[in-house]
Amino acid sequence: MSLTGLFLIVFLLVHLTGNLQLLMDDGGRQFNLYAKFMTTNPLIKFTSYGLYAFILLHAIQGILLWLKNKAAKGSSYAVNNTRATNTVAGFAKNMGWLGIIILVFLLIHMYQFWLQMKLGHLPMVEYDGVQVKNLYAPVTETFSNIGFVVFYVLSMVVIAFHLWHGFQSSFQTLGLNHKKYTPFIHGLGKLYAVAVPLGFALIPILFFLKNM
Amino acid sequence: MALANMNLTLKVWRQSNNKAKGNFETHKVVANEHMSFLEMLDVLNEQLIQEQKTPVAFEHDCREGICGACSMVINGQPHGPQRGTTTCQLHMRQFKDGDTIVVEPFRAKAFPVIKDLVVDRSAFDRIIQSGGYISVNTGQAVDGNTLPIEKDLSSQAFDAATCIGCGACVAACPNASAMLFTSAKVSHLNLLPQGAIEAEQRVLSMVNQMDEEGFGMCSNVTACEAECPKEISVDNIARLNRQYIGASLKSDKMA
Repeated sequence: MSLTGLFLIVFLLVHLTGNLQLLMDDGGRQFNLYAKFMTTNPLIKFTSYGLYAFILLHAIQGILLWLKNKAAKGSSYAVNNTRATNTVAGFAKNMGWLGIIILVFLLIHMYQFWLQMKLGHLPMVEYDGVQVKNLYAPVTETFSNIGFVVFYVLSMVVIAFHLWHGFQSSFQTLGLNHKKYTPFIHGLGKLYAVAVPLGFALIPILFFLKNM
Repeated sequence: MALANMNLTLKVWRQSNNKAKGNFETHKVVANEHMSFLEMLDVLNEQLIQEQKTPVAFEHDCREGICGACSMVINGQPHGPQRGTTTCQLHMRQFKDGDTIVVEPFRAKAFPVIKDLVVDRSAFDRIIQSGGYISVNTGQAVDGNTLPIEKDLSSQAFDAATCIGCGACVAACPNASAMLFTSAKVSHLNLLPQGAIEAEQRVLSMVNQMDEEGFGMCSNVTACEAECPKEISVDNIARLNRQYIGASLKSDKMA
């Protein structure tokens, strides 16, 4: 869980950096060129297969762990009153449920953009004589729908909860704990859990406001 | 000084044996704030005996917070609301007149209920048997400071050694994981020179036994640390993970 989780944490940062190009005021030129690069560069292609594998591994491992732990607990208490010291008990206890929501979000998200880019028929645009798929178009269209904007923002809140616990938890699982750097990891984890989902959530919000 | 009486409503888990289906029973108890929680249960049991009913079975031994016998979950918290305290050291002044208190047994597959609030914690004994010892004959007591041990290290080992094996960590854990217990026992021996010799074997065997007993996996909820009556730190769990990963990679020992 920890290794795949850390990989996905790194991925989120790369993904956010790429997607923030959507906010450039150039009608999507920069973003479309980036999308072409990301789908044609062999090194990126190779890494993307690793990413799919790690997402699946993280999900499958997580679900198996969840079921195993549920069985180990057996029955639950009549009064639920979990306290925690290093994390928010509500997030830590419900990583499974948060993960399921994220998985559903991911399937919808990948259908909307990834599948369109790979198999769908996107309109083409020409930049300096090169034909490029206009991925910017479905992004604009999707985020002009208030329903999708709310869905994306809420999903980012769920990811923030998941990261709030997951970031520092992955270091603890790997035994990377020391009074010199653990406080830094905890602080960085909280910052990351807020800043990255917030960055993602800004995209649908700003697109919606721009096209209002 | 006159003692103010507290009128309490107790909802106690009753289960006649491991196979039986348990249920909550409601009783009224009059206690006072100076009683320990166990003394309040004694009052209840006296009452039940007077009424020719079966008293509530609960474990207790030293009643001074060092044996770890008094296992029960009070209002959803193992050993009750006060931090760093066993049930026997929990006083009724932590509650208010008119309170309803829910008392349940520790819940985990690896800790089957024997009767009412009593659970079978022999899984912990088997974890200790798998590696919670050192194999050399220690012989006579040696002179002080014959074997120099750095102060911080001995403090860490002693902090881990304060674990009384009560099982509150397992009870508090939503995954019923025994990582805090096992890591405390591993740390307390592995940090000291006498225990370090068998460190790799110890960590592999004890983790293996822990898994075999059917405890869950640690997902770092840290409820164990919050509920531990001896306030054992989850730093021990990180150390266990570190030593387990290390031993798995480099040790010839299989488990």
